[in-house]
Amino acid sequence: MTATPTANSYRNQPDEHGHFGQFGGRYVAETLMPLVLALEQEYNRAKVDPAFKAEFDDLLEHYVGRPSPLYFAPRLTEELGKSALPGKGAQVWFKRDELNHTGAHKINNCIGQILLAIRMGKTRIIAETGAGQHGVATATVCARFGLPCVVYMGATDVARQAPNVFRMKLLGAEVVPVTAGAATLKDAMNEALRDWVANVHDTFYIIGTAAGPHPYPELVRDFQSVIGKEARAQMLSRTGRLPDLLVAAIGGGSNAIGLFHPFLDDPSVKMLGVEAAGHGLDKEHAASLAGGRAGILHGNKTYLLQDDDGQIVEGHSISAGLDYPGIGPEHAWLKEVGRVDYTSVTDIEALDGFQLLCRTEGIIPALEPAHAIAAVKKIAPTLPKDTIILANLCGRGDKDIFSVAEHLGVEL
Amino acid sequence: MTRLSTTFAKGPALITFVTGGDGPTDAILDALVAGGADVIELGMPFTDPMADGPAIQAANLRSLGAGTKTADIFRIAAAFRVRHPEVPLVLMGYANPMITRGPEWFAAECAKAGVDGVICVDIPPEEDPELGPALRAAGVSLIRLATPTTDAARLPAVLEGSSGFLYYVSVTGITGLQQAAQTSIDEAVSRLKVHATIPVAVGFGVRTPEQAAAIAKVADGVVVGSALVDLVAKHGAAAAGPVGELTRALAQAVHSAR
Ligand SMILES: Cc1ncc(COP(=O)(O)O)c(C=O)c1O
Repeated sequence: MTATPTANSYRNQPDEHGHFGQFGGRYVAETLMPLVLALEQEYNRAKVDPAFKAEFDDLLEHYVGRPSPLYFAPRLTEELGKSALPGKGAQVWFKRDELNHTGAHKINNCIGQILLAIRMGKTRIIAETGAGQHGVATATVCARFGLPCVVYMGATDVARQAPNVFRMKLLGAEVVPVTAGAATLKDAMNEALRDWVANVHDTFYIIGTAAGPHPYPELVRDFQSVIGKEARAQMLSRTGRLPDLLVAAIGGGSNAIGLFHPFLDDPSVKMLGVEAAGHGLDKEHAASLAGGRAGILHGNKTYLLQDDDGQIVEGHSISAGLDYPGIGPEHAWLKEVGRVDYTSVTDIEALDGFQLLCRTEGIIPALEPAHAIAAVKKIAPTLPKDTIILANLCGRGDKDIFSVAEHLGVEL
Repeated sequence: MTRLSTTFAKGPALITFVTGGDGPTDAILDALVAGGADVIELGMPFTDPMADGPAIQAANLRSLGAGTKTADIFRIAAAFRVRHPEVPLVLMGYANPMITRGPEWFAAECAKAGVDGVICVDIPPEEDPELGPALRAAGVSLIRLATPTTDAARLPAVLEGSSGFLYYVSVTGITGLQQAAQTSIDEAVSRLKVHATIPVAVGFGVRTPEQAAAIAKVADGVVVGSALVDLVAKHGAAAAGPVGELTRALAQAVHSAR
């Protein structure tokens, strides 16, 4: 069993106003405020409703395909051990959320949110998407429940994630390319917020990561925590012990918080969040904890990439899913209190991690978890052989093969 | 009496919005005053204007593209205060540029530049500590927004700690696109006036003198933004003339409404 939160717990955030320390909150236009409060009330009712949990669990099992496997990666472990000093070379395990229906962890959250939307009597769904995984997952649950779906996607991302755009259309969603700004995830989120303000009466906004106004960071975390809860039980039953280090890639931070949260009160378990360093931290990147400072955007206070005047700076990452100038507020807090460590890896390192997993384990990862793999590659050789690293394989790479081919100079 | 309360005491006020740093702002502000605008609402440009429609989004990006900094906005405001000592000027914008050097810094700059009030789109009453206390301590009005979704139960919280005027956003939506039915505006204003002891101004979607006149019959102020910003987009460096003309027609309509 997962330890119950106590007063000294890292697991009892946010406070009743939606604050994680100085972060989080509800920084939205007045039009949205009553709606955000209504969502909070409904979520508080749903949390204690056994019927809600039963339906969520049932869909995760029979529709999404959970639990996802916990997998020991023998050849990757061996490969990384080759460069290690004697006695070093940690074991690498993966939580296989790339095997979920639709190919990423995003669906866990979408199932939870669409059930909330239905409880609230909303009849139209909107979403933003970067890599398109959240868009596909949202379009999927909308098809499953028969609700119309509009997905906002930056025009740049529409181009680099073409397979997912087609998937969303097949699933019956309308995909709206957003040309404002750099035409990536941040701009898609602005446009989704504009739609929401204009359609508050019937529309539910399914946010794709653990960010946005309270209660989104909390409820996305809770829905994604199925990852960490399963992994914790699986690891205990397989090895009789807890992992030593958890590693996950961070865009907005939903797969990472989903893995980390159930372990936060296990003091022996260290955690590492991996941001996208893009072309390098001294150049264009998307590492808001490493290169940003606290500010307010998209409904929450968190670390943001911004200039001296508080103007938001566009992120850059090879991975469309990590290309966001902010981060979920709980990560900002976990960094500040020192419970979780954060690092970053570059586009080139991620491409290398991508290929490494393909060749050693026969698994094609998405470019997002390829960042986690790249971090594991650096750390595993430095840790003792009996150390267990558990990385979140939060998405599969089908959507990325065209852009990876392009980066590798291969014409398809 | 503050500049804002003195102005509203004279009858229905025309409140005009333009984005600072988009076009020749000093000349545009002078044209607004000459045309009869009673309150100037100066937009602080932001990279992510989430509550704005295409016209004001584009104005924000034009301004930032031209290199506008927060310091320029305060320079524009301070120079305006020298040229027009009696005309109230309020800043409108988004939270991040306002709090980024600390709310006290921002409030002090406002006071120094002669800014009368601040409208911040994305700080609702629930997050008031982020900016409200600093503004009130500096004697700068915090002007809050009420919307069609602000019900009677919420309204006291919206009014608490706010001053200057209450800005009623007449549509559930972004700036510049739809316009609300006049009957719904009449109904909303009388509902707000039950609680509000400060003037109530109505904005979003108001473009023509006819609309402005109808609103001025019931409200203390009418806000026009996108229609003016469209003229700046169209005429660029030569925008002051056309902006002044539209303002004259709007001001006449508002001032003769009652
Ligand atoms: C496979 C995958 N992993 C990670 C992310 C990043 O999001 P988050 O940090 O919320 O997990 C995305 C976003 O699109 C994704 O598709």
